[in-house]
Amino acid sequence: MLEPEIAAHPLDLEKIRLDFPILKRTVHGKRLVYLDNAATTQKPQQVIDAISDYYSNYNSNIHRSVHLLAEEATEAFENTRLKVQNFINAQSTDEIVFTKNATEALNVAARCTTSSLKPGDKIVVTEMDHHSNFVPWQQIAKEKRAQLEIVFTTEDYEIDESDLESKLDGAKIFAFTHMSNVLGTINNARKFTRIAHEKGALVVLDGAQSAPHIPVNVQDIGCDYFALSAHKMLGPTGVGCLYGKRDLLLKAPPFLLGGDMIREVHRDRTTWNDLPWKFEAGTSNIADVIAFAAALDYLTRLGMKNLQIHEQEICKAVLAELSKIEDLEIYGPKDPERRGAVFAFNLGGIHAHDIASILDAEGIAIRSGHHCAQILMEKLGVPATSRASFYLYNGYDDVDALSKGLHKVREVLN
Amino acid sequence: MSSDMYKEIILDYYKNPRNKGTLESPQSVARDSNPLCGDVVEMQLNFSDGKVSEIKFNGDGCAISQASASMLTEVVMGKTIEEVRKIDKNVLLENLGSPNLGAVRIKCALLPLKVMKTALYQYLGESITREESNSLS
Repeated sequence: MLEPEIAAHPLDLEKIRLDFPILKRTVHGKRLVYLDNAATTQKPQQVIDAISDYYSNYNSNIHRSVHLLAEEATEAFENTRLKVQNFINAQSTDEIVFTKNATEALNVAARCTTSSLKPGDKIVVTEMDHHSNFVPWQQIAKEKRAQLEIVFTTEDYEIDESDLESKLDGAKIFAFTHMSNVLGTINNARKFTRIAHEKGALVVLDGAQSAPHIPVNVQDIGCDYFALSAHKMLGPTGVGCLYGKRDLLLKAPPFLLGGDMIREVHRDRTTWNDLPWKFEAGTSNIADVIAFAAALDYLTRLGMKNLQIHEQEICKAVLAELSKIEDLEIYGPKDPERRGAVFAFNLGGIHAHDIASILDAEGIAIRSGHHCAQILMEKLGVPATSRASFYLYNGYDDVDALSKGLHKVREVLN
Repeated sequence: MSSDMYKEIILDYYKNPRNKGTLESPQSVARDSNPLCGDVVEMQLNFSDGKVSEIKFNGDGCAISQASASMLTEVVMGKTIEEVRKIDKNVLLENLGSPNLGAVRIKCALLPLKVMKTALYQYLGESITREESNSLS
């Protein structure tokens, strides 16, 4: 059994769990132990209520109509933009573009940064990037006959800094993940951004996994673009954000063309709307953007620093418990200070999907597969892994359940 | 038992696979994979007197797919071509002890049957119908 250090704990889990209605349900007759947070997080009642409130009380389209409902909806929508700005410390709301997810945000960033790319120009990514921060660059490199360089990962599951230094020579763009969705590695974004800038490259940072778990300050990091995903941080699905430095977004071509993103349309030409609307063509996902504000309020109220401390405590417990299981290999840094609470692992020769199915029967939800990181799987030399990822409502009881569940897997399949 | 999915039959074939290996010069070979689990199954068959005279499987993947493949080789062995044609999803699942697989993992169990049928039709110079292929994936 684990010995919880409740006194030192920055979050009141008992109180937090009451806010998440789904945590009351059972799965196969067992308490739900939800450890698939890197895929999507559960939603607090506050977020669920915000969606219902919009549809029940002020549903209307934004930015155009002049009636009261439209005014209220527009205000609520733009209020979320202000909250995102504050959450990541951007300079202005002009720098916050709503997209449908982090993948779309990264695709917009890829289009913004590559419009004037020439054949032979260099784009640098890393082995630990998610497909959504890899495939767009790979395809644009093919289109533009540019070079794509992939920075190696070390045996300690970190970005290989000497390889990074040499590959960044002459690079135009460096796209990398702030926190790996497989390894949990938290990259030193500020340092890597500084190196890239010194070499003259623009920096696109994938924050889909970092923004939910650690304090993010884009001005302090210095990155040129930053992408995040609402549904991985208590918000609804269908909402992502792209942060881009104002002067860069001003110069960049729009991504999608159509309604809402224009200023004037003539028979032979069109002028673009101001930032950030130039990048938000068509009717946005209004309800979910509005509800995302409730998620940001929730996180802000708890405090991202507290959340980070909580997850580091969880990390220590998971690393200690899983190291007791024979043949269990964790792919990721061992130092809780350098990683998030996402653990990819394999257990002997047992297939990841068998592990996931047996844990499911115990009420434990984990992910299994390649986690949209096939380059990394190839590097690790495994076809798939299981992945348990924790969040603010997970406690030592969940770590304990995972450990017991994995012992059960061994019992059944060995 | 912790899960309905891992019936004794499945665990038995998973832990002690029968007919796993390679035939020297099989008359028909088919291979397919399941993108979900990354399961790979290959079936090799020989026929004589209108019957399956030899069958082996090879593969890599989850317990469900590999157990299903092994079990299927035993079901098919010695049967006439007409009998093999009649083996469908229901027959396969019954032979696995009717596990409660759910919509996702059932694909793991069905993959070997699809591969075996593909090998059979290949031998006969036919191809699997879209209808049958859909019923097995």
